[in-house]
Amino acid sequence: MTQLPQTTDKKLGLVIDLDTCVGCHACVISCKGWNTENYGAPLSDIDAYGADPHGTFLNRVHSFEVQPDTGGCAQTVHFPKSCLHCEDAPCVTVCPTGASYKRSEDGIVLVNEDDCIGCGLCAWACPYGARELDQLAGVMKKCTLCIDRIYNENLPEVDRVPSCVRTCPAGARHFGDFADPDSNVSKLTAERGGMDLMPEQGTKPVNKYLPPRPKDTLEEVDASAPILTPVSDTPKGFLGWLDKALEAL
Amino acid sequence: MHPAPSVIFFTVFSGLGFGFLAWLGVGMPAPQGWAAFPYYFVAFAMAVGGLIASTFHLGNPKNAIKAFSQWRTSWLSREAVMSVLTLVVMGLFAAAIIFFNTPIAVLGIIGAVLALITVYTTSMMYAQLKTVPRWNHWTTSALFLLLALGGGAILAANSFGTILLIGLAALAQIYVWDAGDRRFGARGHTMETATGLGRIGKVRMYEPPHSGTNYLLSEMVYVVARKHAIKLRIIAFVLAYLVPMVLAILSGPAFGTYIIALVAHVVGLLAQRWLFFAEAEHVVGLYYDKR
Repeated sequence: MTQLPQTTDKKLGLVIDLDTCVGCHACVISCKGWNTENYGAPLSDIDAYGADPHGTFLNRVHSFEVQPDTGGCAQTVHFPKSCLHCEDAPCVTVCPTGASYKRSEDGIVLVNEDDCIGCGLCAWACPYGARELDQLAGVMKKCTLCIDRIYNENLPEVDRVPSCVRTCPAGARHFGDFADPDSNVSKLTAERGGMDLMPEQGTKPVNKYLPPRPKDTLEEVDASAPILTPVSDTPKGFLGWLDKALEAL
Repeated sequence: MHPAPSVIFFTVFSGLGFGFLAWLGVGMPAPQGWAAFPYYFVAFAMAVGGLIASTFHLGNPKNAIKAFSQWRTSWLSREAVMSVLTLVVMGLFAAAIIFFNTPIAVLGIIGAVLALITVYTTSMMYAQLKTVPRWNHWTTSALFLLLALGGGAILAANSFGTILLIGLAALAQIYVWDAGDRRFGARGHTMETATGLGRIGKVRMYEPPHSGTNYLLSEMVYVVARKHAIKLRIIAFVLAYLVPMVLAILSGPAFGTYIIALVAHVVGLLAQRWLFFAEAEHVVGLYYDKR
């Protein structure tokens, strides 16, 4: 049903630390791998070994350069982007068939591929480019928050997190419940000022992005000064006696 | 947005078909018996043809029947429900006229209202999208309705209706183009708000996520051939609005000239609708530094 739930018991989602992400794209690859081999239609590639390869991905890493207003060096920010599992998800309400829905138990936004007609309207409604119509299967694909991992009791407990989180070598991705104020993701968001993407769209994203911390700025220093400054103007002790004795000669 | 031919044909012809059905529903014109058949045939062929064209846009059309289920929230679902309802009501109205020579006025008026609601639901599929600021305004719906009624007036060979409604549509069109050009900027969507990095400073693209293209770029970040936009706007405005109005003023009720007016209107409308999609900028382009 494409009516959004009033509230959800849990608000499962991701925190992505833009200060820590090194832009290695490991999350992109592990996401593609897991979601091709498991739930739903595989994520197809078109012309994979040809001149113009393209395909379906649920997670993509953009890289931006920010020129600080305060001056100084430009900063490179690697920016992974996947479904934000919005509380007010515009992609869900536009769906004509009921294929798109937001789960009332944990807030995960999913597509039932058996109901999807591939009209693409949900992808149009998403400001973030989180949904891609698979060109071979003709159905809409999106991040499932690895629903087939996080509740999967056949997996070791350490693996019951989304594939992107499990694989991130830098520890830039965190998974948890935003409805619980004591969860890891809630604490990180509070401590680091976790932010929403394009908040003016009114989608109320669950996923939060941690902004890069302010960079240190170098003080103006004369590089030769420490070497040339006299250690002491008035020697004391033995050196002081020697100095006076030599002066007296 | 990608100007898919199937969606251009769908919006142009179903708009004209339902617009003509609205005129027929209120008895302007009111042909009787078998003489009414060609009128209804043209109206239904356009409305149904447009709807069939829209299914070519679907990736998985075998589930299309399920699109009638989510009318509580989805404008696309409402459009499906309303179009079928209109076609059934107007089908009964037409059958009573063609086979029994008895126009059921109430049924026709209900059908006319339903036809206009159908056009409104079509327009709302676009006007509802906050992600496409150019469309996200009530004037999108107003223009769709005026064009359906105006195009219907041309098909109905109604000179007063053509002059009035195509004239109003032309004024709406000028506003829609002018205000639409500025709305993306006015809404304040920038690369800085898209990334949240605006608190540090000015953002620019350093590396896109991949060297090739993707579905998002080909579907929603259509930037090709916009350089001809001004020329196409002039062509669309002359053919879709000025030619039908001038012909309606000059020739009055002469039927033959309405064929020319209709051809000009349809060609102009195809150009107008191509621009409607090609010029529409989706906010997702901000993540690619493209609009």
